[in-house]
Amino acid sequence: MTARAQFDTVRALMRRGLNEILRVPGAAVPGVLAPTIFFLGLTAVFGSLTKLPGFTSDSYESFLVPVSLLQAAGFTGAATGVNLARDIEQGWFDRLLASPASRLSLLAGLVLSASFRVLIPATFLLIVAFSLGAHFPGVGGLALTLLIVMGMAVVASGWGVALALRFKTQSAAPLMQAGMLTAILCTTAYAPLALLTGWLQEVARYNPVTQVLDAARQGFIGDVTWAGTWPGLLVLAGLAVLLTATALRGMNRATY
Amino acid sequence: MIVALGERSIKQTFRRPQLMAPLIIFPTLLLAIQVGGAGRAVDLPGFPEVNGFLDFMLAGAMIQSTLLAGNSGGIALALDIEMGFTDRLFAAPISRFAIVLGRLAGTAVLGALTALWFLAVGVIFGVRIEEGVAGALLMIVLVTLSAVAFGGIGSAIALKSGKASVVQGLFPLVFVILFLSSAFFPEALLQEPARSIAAWNPLSFVVEAARDPVISAFSADLLVEGFLAVGLVAAIGLTLSALALRSRLRTGG
Repeated sequence: MTARAQFDTVRALMRRGLNEILRVPGAAVPGVLAPTIFFLGLTAVFGSLTKLPGFTSDSYESFLVPVSLLQAAGFTGAATGVNLARDIEQGWFDRLLASPASRLSLLAGLVLSASFRVLIPATFLLIVAFSLGAHFPGVGGLALTLLIVMGMAVVASGWGVALALRFKTQSAAPLMQAGMLTAILCTTAYAPLALLTGWLQEVARYNPVTQVLDAARQGFIGDVTWAGTWPGLLVLAGLAVLLTATALRGMNRATY
Repeated sequence: MIVALGERSIKQTFRRPQLMAPLIIFPTLLLAIQVGGAGRAVDLPGFPEVNGFLDFMLAGAMIQSTLLAGNSGGIALALDIEMGFTDRLFAAPISRFAIVLGRLAGTAVLGALTALWFLAVGVIFGVRIEEGVAGALLMIVLVTLSAVAFGGIGSAIALKSGKASVVQGLFPLVFVILFLSSAFFPEALLQEPARSIAAWNPLSFVVEAARDPVISAFSADLLVEGFLAVGLVAAIGLTLSALALRSRLRTGG
């Protein structure tokens, strides 16, 4: 296949991925609503934590909104995995494998569609968060946060695709969701590092996703700086390479 | 027949580790994360006197697990419908409602196992159950009944929709119900409007009845309220299941 044809394949698969919201609303709507539900729920439950001495924000909404945005990326990635598992169950994916399109094009179509699709729940969540009083991070801060969220969607969809190719069933959906949620929550998600307790403080200190979250959170609780940005971007790029490579390995092993 | 179908649903869950994950691994991880992430909350004015945040959170984690068990049971039933297995059972000379009760029997056993799991985790990590063995047994009974009650709702939705993706889509709803209760934080410290909703959410009564033997001496009022709340949810779930089953049999899908 020519490069042009590969590009058209990626574009067609991206469009199909974006159409999933209309095609299978039962599966897509929760992915759009879930991050906002978590945001509203966690601020309602743990909002009093800002009263603890040493908490770095007086608004739990501002502190939590980047966590929920990353969760949106996690859910979107899981939805990509579930959709692929359904395609495998129904035999549609076999037809893609039998086509002349390269495995890389197939994977690129899936993960790139996820990186754009995450903007739907992210926008919904941001509207809710700002209306509840979350601090506006400035245009630059918001653009940086959305870039990070799109990158995280690539990471999460790599994870979802790898699991879909491994288990070949939609029943693996909870595993796809739980894996990313755990990675995102084992960070400074609930409280600043100094206020975490026990094992979580140590795990959050070394969990690479903490760097990603800190970079996305900067504008919501203070100023955006390059020193606070580059570690997050570097980690994000590393995770994206690692997980998409794992997914591609699964693609290359897939037979029809 | 109910026992056979119950055994099948338990085997189904254990045969696929990815089905066990949301019942055990995810709530355990969330428990660990919330205890580590919000553990300093015990220093907040108005927080009940507890040995540690884990003592407070244990019952919430158990009930969360039973909600997810109900959701998983619903997904498995919907998959049976999608694959035509339920249609074959409908054609067999057995009570139709036994199909639902079989699934719920399996969910009940899973509920009891999750209660045992969380008790073991709690004791290993230093939880002190104030009411001792009697308190632990009471928690197991309450959690097992809760699994049946929430499983009834999952079954009703599976029978009504017949689609695993729809039941799977209820996953976030489980958390709405949890967040709007006192499962994870004392009711008095919740933000509005969650505090007002939690005061009436049946799940709050169930969690507080299960938590009571851990953090204090038995309270008859809390126990009665907890069992009444479980009974209410079970009655709603089983009624909706019966209606959905009747509708499916009448329309054929």
